[in-house]
Amino acid sequence: MSELLDLATEAIELARRSGASDAECTIAEGEEFSVSVRLGEVETLKQAGSRSAGIRVLRGFHVGSAYTSDLSREGVGKLVQSALEIASVSGEDPLAGLPEIDELGSHANDFELYSDDIERLGPDARIDLAKRAEAAALCVDPRITNSDGASFDSHRGRHVFANSRGFSGEYRASSCSLGCVPVAKQDGRMERDFWYSSARGVADLEDPEQVGRIAAERTVRRLGAVKVATQKVPVVFESRVARSFVGSLFGAVEGRSVYRGSSFLAGKRGERVANDRVTLIDDGITPGRFGSHPFDDEGVKTRRTPVIERGVLSNYLLNCYSARKLGMKTTGNASRGITGNAGVGHGNFYLEAGTRTPEEIIAGLTTGFFVTELIGSGVNIATGDYSRGASGLWIENGRLAFAVSEVTIAGTIQEMLANLEPASNLEFRGSVASPTLLVGEMTVGGR
Amino acid sequence: MTFSESFFAARFGIERRDLERYLSAALSHGGDYADLYFEYLATSSIGIDESIVKSATQGVSLGVGVRVLANERTGYAYSDDLSPEKILSAAKIAACIANGPSKVEKTPLEEGSRRNLYPVFTAPSDTALADRVDLVKRAEKAARAYDSRVFQVQATYADSLRHVLVATSDGLLNFDRQPMARLSVQVMARQHGAAAQTGYSGGGGRVELDFFLNRRTPEDFAKEAARQAVVQLDAVEAPAGESVVVLGPGWPGVLLHEAVGHGLEADFNRKGTSAFAGRVGEQVASPLCTVVDDGTIGNRRGSLNVDDEGHVTQRNVLIENGILRGYLQDQLSSRLTNNAPTGNGRRESYEHIPMPRMTNTFMLAGESDPDEIIRSVPKGLYCANFGGGQVDITSGNFVFSASESYLIEGGKLTRPVKNATLIGNGPEALKYVSMVGNDLKLDEGIGTCGKDGQSVPVGVGIPTVRIDRMTVGGTA
Repeated sequence: MSELLDLATEAIELARRSGASDAECTIAEGEEFSVSVRLGEVETLKQAGSRSAGIRVLRGFHVGSAYTSDLSREGVGKLVQSALEIASVSGEDPLAGLPEIDELGSHANDFELYSDDIERLGPDARIDLAKRAEAAALCVDPRITNSDGASFDSHRGRHVFANSRGFSGEYRASSCSLGCVPVAKQDGRMERDFWYSSARGVADLEDPEQVGRIAAERTVRRLGAVKVATQKVPVVFESRVARSFVGSLFGAVEGRSVYRGSSFLAGKRGERVANDRVTLIDDGITPGRFGSHPFDDEGVKTRRTPVIERGVLSNYLLNCYSARKLGMKTTGNASRGITGNAGVGHGNFYLEAGTRTPEEIIAGLTTGFFVTELIGSGVNIATGDYSRGASGLWIENGRLAFAVSEVTIAGTIQEMLANLEPASNLEFRGSVASPTLLVGEMTVGGR
Repeated sequence: MTFSESFFAARFGIERRDLERYLSAALSHGGDYADLYFEYLATSSIGIDESIVKSATQGVSLGVGVRVLANERTGYAYSDDLSPEKILSAAKIAACIANGPSKVEKTPLEEGSRRNLYPVFTAPSDTALADRVDLVKRAEKAARAYDSRVFQVQATYADSLRHVLVATSDGLLNFDRQPMARLSVQVMARQHGAAAQTGYSGGGGRVELDFFLNRRTPEDFAKEAARQAVVQLDAVEAPAGESVVVLGPGWPGVLLHEAVGHGLEADFNRKGTSAFAGRVGEQVASPLCTVVDDGTIGNRRGSLNVDDEGHVTQRNVLIENGILRGYLQDQLSSRLTNNAPTGNGRRESYEHIPMPRMTNTFMLAGESDPDEIIRSVPKGLYCANFGGGQVDITSGNFVFSASESYLIEGGKLTRPVKNATLIGNGPEALKYVSMVGNDLKLDEGIGTCGKDGQSVPVGVGIPTVRIDRMTVGGTA
């Protein structure tokens, strides 16, 4: 057991002695390193570590939370007092409370969240990875004329959680990423795009040359983009863009938006909400993946929960509070920062792969829009209305024909789910994953 | 107030000679410039949901960031412990960005000029918690009373008090006390079992709590949020494709923030990665457009006495009568391009490297009567409110999301339309501005801008503006 876990336990005991009926404490410790290079030279180098602690107390049904960056004994004392003080102004919420004792628990498996090869890699080697990625990007095409740089970032941390019902747990986690942003120019107009690789450890990163090359290819193919006429066409989301769509679906199935009635999927459990090619999973337990953890942020064991099975909405994702509101049980999806009431988060949240490859899907379209980037936040989870800025490649007779930008795509998530066809290329590059998706017809707003 | 009376000197016993010692350590490997940024931040937030004050949080963070510049290179390290050993160790890590003998002559630290754009005697964070809780309770009650179709109300009050101290190897010593408070209300309404609609409002600034009692009350924000939600209940599909767009005054100024503001940040222009790079002196907007970024407006959310690099903020003209005049500078870019600092070097916290950022960005008023502008449009879209926006500064393409808009038919506002994304290209979009109203309004004080993972508070503003061509992302 680490010192930090002792400290968390002490904070909880202090809170109990000072009048809290229950308490939970999170402590996080982390070390970050980041280097960016641009045009072959180091641009920024940053290295530091920090720690913080948060506590949430209950006084009966009144809650209060506090956080601090001061982990001294005195600092923790003030932290506890601060939480108790502010609890006095909150209202009585009969559903507020910690998980039941039989709901608490942690997997024995460490899920391979920590890789020690990051600390063994010296600063020069890290700089070298970024330099190699950028150098590879710069020599792909003469139209790559500039660079917004390449970077290597890493984070190593320890997460500690304990509560007054006997739970205490901790885990270490690490991550690193290598990314590159080339800039291309043609006829006086510039475009940029990016590619990155991220992993728990350096050994699992893609080769820097590959990261640079893909980034450059993605950038060059955006050149010469035109604005197409306003029309309805089938739309294909490249997997990188499809992930943001899947992320939007999370907002519609997480407990809080469900019990508040602010999701278009509220009250639809057991109903068909998508065609039968659609299976959406939340998985918090596959080793090595970014969304895996041995326990959630309330001290409940994580698990695998099917959310949509062959088009039928089977489960919402819940923490204890939203579960009580809905008369259900937590699914081990509590999530929070250093303090505050737990919200709902996801594990590895993904759409299962289909059978056709992205190339086969594109080959099957006479006209269509292959979207490679979406910008803006025009997704309304309450209504399902979807309207975002898009760029990508126009599909003509089954082929990617020319670049398109400065257009919008609009429709509803309901229609998109009804027509969705996932391709076969599922990859886990973060905690949300999706294969390339054919989303059916949408309105493209252009000229 | 002098340095010896300032927060960090008084509370943590930091003296000038300590600062000079840390700066020397930072430059021990031959950097050109170093600075220290001390930050103490106390925050609190109170939230009401389903008529219960369900969340109440307060906290403190403290730390110091050390930066070293060597040509175009930046070395950065920070510590959440203000002990001399920890600060010196951070300084030595940051120093490694340079490699050579120390060469900078030590300049004695001199205090910068003092002014106070936010003379807040009692910071909201120092008032009784019960008074602040009352604000969210009042907001919730007023929103529910507005209309029987309102079924969910969430109100959040948040304040912070930040003390900063900046010391640089150029000899600049500056400190500031930066209060902030904000009240926001989100309302959902529904009718006949149809989908729920959302309305959102809020405001604040570097103000005393009294602002919410006498200037803009919880009831004002609550009614506005409820009104927006209820209006949306009758919304029809938004049009798709190019349209004449009229922006209402105030928050729709987010257009300027996305279309030109980010593209004029000096880092992108120094590197040649912005669509606006190398275009000073060129026509980038209609002659009706003059756009400024002004960090000196009293009590505004985006204002600062000194930026996060210790430079005094100012009013910077970005576009004058359609001509691009200049960029928003930070220390690094102004050094490398031989431009004067503009007071736009900002950072989220001591853990972050400063960058050129906006403060309060707005378009100056024109001469048209706002009603006349609407009357001039046979068919188009009137946007009264927006959510956020986003820009790709290299291509110049930007979007912003309309959250309250109406069809204009025959010079009149007719039906409300559903939320839609508007898209345009930065250096082109403002060329289509054909009328500018005489009704400049700044936003209510609720904006937060994100760049490279760093969030900072900002303001925007615009008068009623007619744009002859913009692409609207609806389905009709």
